[in-house]
Amino acid sequence: MSKKTLIPIGPYHPLQEEPELFKLYCDGEIVKDIKWETGYNHRGIEKLSESKTYEQVFFLVERICGICSTSHPFAFANAVEELADIEITNRAKYIRSIIGELERVHSHLLWVGLAGHFLGYNTLFMWAWKYREPVLDLFEMISGNRNSYAMFKIGGVRRDIEESKIPAIQKVLGDVKKKTDMLVGAVMDDPVIHARTKGVGILTKQDIIDYGAVGPTARASGVAIDVRKDDPYAAYPLVNWKVITAEAGDVFAKAQVRLLEMYESISIINQCLEGLKKEKEGEITVKVKEIPEGIGNGRAEAPRGEVFHFVQSDGSNSPARHKIRAPSYVNIATFRKSCIGQTIADATLSLAAVDPCYCCTERMAVAYDVHSGEKIMNASELICKSAKRTNEIKKKFRI
Amino acid sequence: MGRWGDWVTKRRRDNKKKMDKELNIEDFKKNFKSDILEIIEKNPRREIITIKSESILPVAKWLYKEAGFRFIIASALHTKRGFEIHYHFSLDSLGLILNIHVILDKVKPEIESLSNMFNASNWIEREMHELFGINFLNHPNQDKLISEGNWAEGVYPFRKEFKSDQEKR
Repeated sequence: MSKKTLIPIGPYHPLQEEPELFKLYCDGEIVKDIKWETGYNHRGIEKLSESKTYEQVFFLVERICGICSTSHPFAFANAVEELADIEITNRAKYIRSIIGELERVHSHLLWVGLAGHFLGYNTLFMWAWKYREPVLDLFEMISGNRNSYAMFKIGGVRRDIEESKIPAIQKVLGDVKKKTDMLVGAVMDDPVIHARTKGVGILTKQDIIDYGAVGPTARASGVAIDVRKDDPYAAYPLVNWKVITAEAGDVFAKAQVRLLEMYESISIINQCLEGLKKEKEGEITVKVKEIPEGIGNGRAEAPRGEVFHFVQSDGSNSPARHKIRAPSYVNIATFRKSCIGQTIADATLSLAAVDPCYCCTERMAVAYDVHSGEKIMNASELICKSAKRTNEIKKKFRI
Repeated sequence: MGRWGDWVTKRRRDNKKKMDKELNIEDFKKNFKSDILEIIEKNPRREIITIKSESILPVAKWLYKEAGFRFIIASALHTKRGFEIHYHFSLDSLGLILNIHVILDKVKPEIESLSNMFNASNWIEREMHELFGINFLNHPNQDKLISEGNWAEGVYPFRKEFKSDQEKR
């Protein structure tokens, strides 16, 4: 056996914003074997869930992931509503789908930016994240929060989208669509991106079936699975849209699928907004009496693929067992197929192409004084403060 | 979309011939009549079938290889009846989730591993072994997945008798 060099990626590494250790066993520059250690983020949420009431579990599962924070409550709501046989109102269905699709748009924009960053294409990173901001502002307008929207409950949603807000949402979506055109051009027409990502980290159809991979990872390899179409929930059967697939299975195909999916998402949201106008305002919940004994399987299509929740109820007010399967759980396992035989530089790109979950909730706050109505801190003051602090540090180290 | 439109392939769902070819749940019931203990049909898209634990391998093989089911995940439970596992299989062309339910021994829970057939079950079987202490026979690598190096051997946190340090106080 020849000697191999071990190159660790993680547990804390700039490539991954979440802790996970990948060990690449390399011969020269070629990755020969890959092993990983997980569990740095294990918080025992499945066990915790058993000690919470059904209403509280929504807030718990929302915090599994900072980016796709609506997909877990979505799947959990589907599971409990299937278990208790609850049919929600059309208005609630539309609102749920709007939130789900807005999340897909912002998550895919985030990924496109990060992918550009990994390639050294920082302009793309800046653009994509800049155009993601208005989408987060929309969330703030609808739910009051930019992340962790707390919109879901058993039997409906917590907040309504009033008719007066619809024009503002449509305007932002129009802008995002234009910017998506630009991003699609920036990725699809760039010869450097083609050269860098085509033929890298290929997953074949058989690999996808073998590992049970889901979401854009599967769709980029020509496996057209999408829970929204296959097992329709919320308002997805009420609107027209299509599943985007690609055949190549490489990093480029994954980028292509995600970019083109954004158009579909924007189209779904626009149709849902039209649908909202036809429904009576305020009818967003149905009354739920009790959760009977039994089991429920719920799933939802997160930006990264199928989220699956299994709930077993013993008739009490909290789940007796709650099993959660996030899409990255099956997608990360495909690294064994996509990375071995690649160079180290390509392997890191293949790792990023699956879009392992990230959490980013940092934001700037502008506070107003309640009595005087004056701004306590604005952007330029913050910049001044930051510059002042930098100067202090400079003085300290005599730079 | 314009010039990228031709990349958008038509869905498999539209292809009716293929859908007819994909075997239905009725065939399953016919094929494994002697292995099935109980069938609960919740609604047209959800079905729970309890089978004998020793017939999991032929059942999973038929579902995966013959009928085109996809393995989603498995959920282990610790109940009064002992250890139970729900294997969740999905038939995406019909939107069906099939829960294959097995009940294992209270004292020595063990069942044949599915990981030699498909890789999708590799991690979850390791996880169930780690958290519930269920032994998977012929598993390629039953090492710890989550708590490697910082958890005592033979202590299974998802069993009902497990008490955390906080609860013990």
